Amino acid sequence: MHEFLQYIQDYLKPNVTVSPGAAGNIFWATVYILLVFAGVSLGVICMNWLERKILAHMQVRLGPMRVGPHGLLQPIADAVKLLLKEDIIPAEADAVVFWVAPFIVVLAAFTVFVVVPFGPAHAITDMNIGILFMLGVSSLSVLGIVTAGWASNSHYPLIGALRSSAQMVSYELAMGLAVLSAILMTSLHGVGLYGVGGPGTSGTGTLSMIDIVRMQQEQHVWFIFKFFPLGLIAFAIFAIAMIAETNRAPFDLPEAESELTAGFHTEYSGFRWSLFFLAEYSAMIAVSSIAVTLWVGGWLRPFPNLLGGHAWDLVFSFFPGLAFLFLAGMTFYNVRRMPKHPFFKIQTMGLAAFGAVLGLIGLILFVPPVRDRVGDIFWFVAKVAAFMYLYIWYRGTFPRYRFDQLMKVGWKVLLPIGLGVLILTAGAGIVGLEMAQHVTH
Amino acid sequence: MTDPKTLSPPSLETHVAAHDDTFLDTNELVINMGPQHPATHGVLRVILRLDGEKVLGLECVIGYLHRGVEKIAENRTYTMFNPYVDRMDYVAAVSNGLGYCEAVEKLLSVEAPPRAQYIRVILTELNRIASHQLWLGTHALDIGAITPLFYTFRDREEILKIFEKYCGARLTTHAFRIGGLQYEAYDGFEKDVKNFLTFFAPKIDEYEQLLTTNRIWLERTKGVGKISGKDCIALGVTGPVLRASGVKWDIRKAQPYANYKNFDFEIPTGLNGDTYDRYLVRMVEMRQSCRIVEQAVNGIPEGPIMAKVAKVMKPPVGEIYHSIEAPKGELGYFIVSDGSTQPYRVRVRPPSFVNLQALDLMCRDQLVADVIAVIGTLDIVLGEVDR
Repeated sequence: MHEFLQYIQDYLKPNVTVSPGAAGNIFWATVYILLVFAGVSLGVICMNWLERKILAHMQVRLGPMRVGPHGLLQPIADAVKLLLKEDIIPAEADAVVFWVAPFIVVLAAFTVFVVVPFGPAHAITDMNIGILFMLGVSSLSVLGIVTAGWASNSHYPLIGALRSSAQMVSYELAMGLAVLSAILMTSLHGVGLYGVGGPGTSGTGTLSMIDIVRMQQEQHVWFIFKFFPLGLIAFAIFAIAMIAETNRAPFDLPEAESELTAGFHTEYSGFRWSLFFLAEYSAMIAVSSIAVTLWVGGWLRPFPNLLGGHAWDLVFSFFPGLAFLFLAGMTFYNVRRMPKHPFFKIQTMGLAAFGAVLGLIGLILFVPPVRDRVGDIFWFVAKVAAFMYLYIWYRGTFPRYRFDQLMKVGWKVLLPIGLGVLILTAGAGIVGLEMAQHVTH
Repeated sequence: MTDPKTLSPPSLETHVAAHDDTFLDTNELVINMGPQHPATHGVLRVILRLDGEKVLGLECVIGYLHRGVEKIAENRTYTMFNPYVDRMDYVAAVSNGLGYCEAVEKLLSVEAPPRAQYIRVILTELNRIASHQLWLGTHALDIGAITPLFYTFRDREEILKIFEKYCGARLTTHAFRIGGLQYEAYDGFEKDVKNFLTFFAPKIDEYEQLLTTNRIWLERTKGVGKISGKDCIALGVTGPVLRASGVKWDIRKAQPYANYKNFDFEIPTGLNGDTYDRYLVRMVEMRQSCRIVEQAVNGIPEGPIMAKVAKVMKPPVGEIYHSIEAPKGELGYFIVSDGSTQPYRVRVRPPSFVNLQALDLMCRDQLVADVIAVIGTLDIVLGEVDR
């Protein structure tokens, strides 16, 4: 009994530096799995509301305003609606494959989060092949999309599925090359922008997600800035390819509603459709997490070099609490702006309660033990959120690519540039090391 | 090619032995697009023959919105038929009304007084802007840019407000009467129109900022749905589509009606006849319409708004064809009078219907996505196609 308690308490110590899966702590790994699952689902719900609101404000309209104050309960209402809807399997469809397809997509989208490092110790597990695992699993979702399109036994879904498979396969190449150059950077140990400072020994690289971020910490540079502008270009390639991977605007051809009604999920309804929705958004979060981990320093706080030192660490550790207090402040500002008519009384109270919860969370985040442990997660989530905003922004701004143009961008533009960046990164690494050795000898 | 006796597929050998040229060809995929499809602008049904994503040919099926407008005309007096024409191209109802009223006026040999003509021009040109705005929003939406739709609808609202203040209706306005106008311009009409012009000038720039130099927009529209000026003329295509193919033909200049000859404006023409040129031509047309409205609103003369027209109209026996430049092309009315109070026959030449003929030609050997772009760029209104 005592040993079991010890087992559980192991992970509550303040200075744990290893993820529970890697430490072999099954109990905490399970808890983390549940937490991540809940967190991602919550993220999808928030994303649903935020996308509608942000897109609406870009398009001079209000977005959801009816269900709850400022439409805050709209995602819940939608979820309930989808669950209550009739679940139709078309008569001509291959019922078993039709039934399985959405689960493959959801599974692929969620399994990726096994290796996403929200902090040095805040990951379900730490695999030595983390990034490979991530790319491998996330590309499984194409299987679900193809089976969904095929099993529907209908023209539009079939074309949508074909488009989707061609698109995802093509863009995975460019994506892989961009990832490769980031991994290459992990092996070039020089410190600083061009890797010329420091000991300058060429070391071994790593594929582990956690170690990739640690390398950025050790080299005192996020890989987006490393070998400027090579890291930036590689990042840009990844940023474009990841939108194509997740079938979002301007690469949303598989579900181009003006051409293919709804693409591969045209025949799906109710719960099964909502699984595709869930998978799409969690895949967006997943690929954004990869981008954040590889290029933007994962859980590291901004300006670690310029504003380094313990004093600044302390200042930055207040950010999570301040962010939530800011949200609470915004909510209370809107509580004051609510119409004074008694009809809106309950909505106003609800909004105030929501603001109070946000404020309370903000205050809790100021408590020192919480503050120390939450900083990593906060910066990671904040960076991912920035990517999510970009996704919405693109959707509001860009027209849709045509299929052949999409292929052209993938094969003729991104792939050659990716190869070039990879070669140049390797070259720059060697030159940097030579220079570093000259300096030290 | 299943053998009907054995119900077994033919073997590989028989095919090779027979030197079947089509053996390795993939099947044509026949897809039915519409009438319920988000991008067919109403109830157009297109039957596409596809090789993969390439369009081998297409066929339009129309008539889902047929209401027999031309037949109705034979059972109504000239005055009673006037509101019906608004229901054809309901996006540009004012233009439809103008065409009909002028045709009957020509038949009656009367002319609307100058004041009425100026107000007619203002309303018609405002309607052209509104129609082009709707076209731009839906066209961009079809190509995947969702935001311009909301911008154009926000600004179109200002025009509809002027219509509403003028005649009470926003869409199917029935603004004109045979012989002039029913209503005098309301107090502050001129101010409203001028306000709109100053409000709208920067808005066109805003639309253009979103699209004109947008890389994806260029790729999606340049070289898509090309049609030569010769083909346009052969098919009877008119309006911005014709002008984008380099033919300088605008009825406002070629056969001036109303009092367009008094106004100074340019006719934009394109060079390539592709979707991008059609886009640019319409954008310039909006600016030119603003110019016309500005000149008209500054020069509205005083005077009566209604010519002397008999209460019971009995045009002399004869026939008349009168056409105007509607936002979508040449809108013509062919009216045969037998001397009674009702027309013997009214035939409408709707621009959308004629322009739609070019769809097959424009879409051949292009991709499915281009069909959507071309339907959008033709700017069809199914109410007018089917009548």
